[in-house]
Amino acid sequence: MKCIAFIQTKEGQATKASLEAAGFAAGMGETVAVVSGELNGDGGIGNTGISRVLQGPGHLDDSQIGKLIAAAADQEGATVVVCAQDHLGKAVAGRVAVRMNAGLIAGVTAAPQGDSYIRNVFSGKATAHVQGTTDKLVITTTPNAIGMAAATGGTAALEAFQDDLGDRKVEVLEAAAPSTGGRAPLPEAELVVSAGRGMKGPENWGLIEDLADAVGATTACSRPVSDIGWRPHHEHVGQTGIAIRPNLYIAVGISGAIQHLAGVNGSKVIVVINKDPEAPFFKAADYGIVGDAFEVVPKLTEAFKSL
Amino acid sequence: MEFLVCISKAPDTTTRIAFVEGDTRFNEDGVQFIVNPYDEWYALVRALEIVEAQGGKVVIASVGGADCDPILRKALAIGAHEAVRIDAQPEDAAQVAAELAAYAKGQSFDAILCGKETIDHNSSAVPAMLAEHLDVPCIALATSLDFADGKAVMTRETANGIEKIAVSGSFVLSAAKGMAEQRIPNMRGIMAARTKPLQVVPAQGGASGTRIERFALPPEKAGVKLVDADNPAELVRLLREEAKVI
Ligand SMILES: Cc1cc2nc3c(=O)[nH]c(=O)nc-3n(C[C@H](O)[C@H](O)[C@H](O)COP(=O)(O)OP(=O)(O)OC[C@H]3O[C@@H](n4cnc5c(N)ncnc54)[C@H](O)[C@@H]3O)c2cc1C
Ligand SMILES: Nc1ncnc2c1ncn2[C@@H]1O[C@H](COP(=O)(O)O)[C@@H](O)[C@H]1O
Repeated sequence: MKCIAFIQTKEGQATKASLEAAGFAAGMGETVAVVSGELNGDGGIGNTGISRVLQGPGHLDDSQIGKLIAAAADQEGATVVVCAQDHLGKAVAGRVAVRMNAGLIAGVTAAPQGDSYIRNVFSGKATAHVQGTTDKLVITTTPNAIGMAAATGGTAALEAFQDDLGDRKVEVLEAAAPSTGGRAPLPEAELVVSAGRGMKGPENWGLIEDLADAVGATTACSRPVSDIGWRPHHEHVGQTGIAIRPNLYIAVGISGAIQHLAGVNGSKVIVVINKDPEAPFFKAADYGIVGDAFEVVPKLTEAFKSL
Repeated sequence: MEFLVCISKAPDTTTRIAFVEGDTRFNEDGVQFIVNPYDEWYALVRALEIVEAQGGKVVIASVGGADCDPILRKALAIGAHEAVRIDAQPEDAAQVAAELAAYAKGQSFDAILCGKETIDHNSSAVPAMLAEHLDVPCIALATSLDFADGKAVMTRETANGIEKIAVSGSFVLSAAKGMAEQRIPNMRGIMAARTKPLQVVPAQGGASGTRIERFALPPEKAGVKLVDADNPAELVRLLREEAKVI
């Protein structure tokens, strides 16, 4: 089986989510990578075991990237295309599937089991084993689910690649820094500190920021907290916010409603801090502290700092 | 401005998920169905706000059986002008997108708005597929939408940061939080919805590309290990030495 891995780059480096996708593809069969734009060296792609990178032009929109990937698959005779289920993957994977007449299995979370691919459904309340029913397949991998394949220490060779990609139709008017500042974006974050209505008001979020800084985590919040405007919308996690699966999720003053759990239950380890021992979140937690956040959090921050 | 808003039927967010027929089918017994929240709260409401300010029409479309009619009526009660149900049981994103595209091709919508994902399938796949069929841009996970100088202006957050972008001509977007606020239908809306047009059109045989072999429930958690509130250092030790996550 021959595969194409589409790699998104940031400042010339492959993103972590893309490298996970590349490793997944390399595990399935001989894989050629496709990138749009400049790379620093091989952008870290060779380390996944991939030895060839088809380098298309930069500054493409979603439609052009879809054409680029499908043309690369055509040239290489690839029957499988893999990319990350990130922002860009959500805009292009479906396009590639339509162009290639391929089935699309989105948001795969584990290595394939024979012809079956495992993905989350019902917002993480269940999983589905899905098979393609067409000759070709497009697969997207959920960030931070599959993990990075062991580094091979290899390097990949770049080959310029071009095709008729049509005109760019999406014009970028302004670009600003990510809302998470220097921290990992929530879907990719390995460490997350999150807080809910138990924090009483936005003026108390300094405690949460300090803890997040000490842990090196990205901050998140429950839905009511973003709805009331205590925190920005992009921090809202849960069934109707962002679904995350960090290695560590620390939830402070969040009750653990079913809709909240749905978006965070893929976390590897959950820590709950709540003053109510009956809070439903404790049932979904690995570790817990029953106590007042205003007393516990500063102490916990100190404990992390003294690591 | 004429909008098409794609609406999916979804199980209520409090639904306990269970499966039947050897874990091959979702157990719908006793399940209450709602309009998929992203479609309702963000896509539909933003389309209505724009039409209320600038004039035009909001058509909603759903691929589904007669069991979708109540959720289409709910969306009409919130303010949509017309509903179209494409009469096929949804199988996967490829089939749904092909059916929506076949319908949209015969019309002239300025913009097609979807939700960022369905809360049952969680694919985030239909919008890009639909855009490819129609050969228009797909703006995934847009957090705002406005029209100015004949262009649609949107914001979205990518791996590289927050972008403000513009598109001339029609497009597909998937709506994420920030785009609009949820609206609760009022009595007048509910009454008006009863007489608004709900047209049922035949499916065009859109093909699926995947098959669900079986479902599974996640393993139960082993149980929480409680740490004394006066000893957070112990928690840090456990996270490092036992859980090995820091
Ligand atoms: C359709 C729908 C979709 C939804 N989607 C989401 C979603 O995506 N994400 C989401 O989060 N919610 C979602 N919700 C809302 C959800 O049902 C809950 O209402 C919400 O998660 C509760 O937020 P909370 O835990 O911050 O607040 P609360 O439920 O008010 O809980 C506050 C908690 O803080 C604790 N507390 C109070 N003071 C302290 C203190 N001093 N120290 C420690 N603990 C303290 C309390 O014991 C309590 O457990 C959705 C709801 C609906 C109907
Ligand atoms: N059966 C359907 N009928 C109409 N629109 C749908 C249907 N399924 C999905 N959509 C739209 O596509 C979006 C993404 O769905 P999904 O790709 O399943 O995550 C949804 O938020 C809806 O706007």
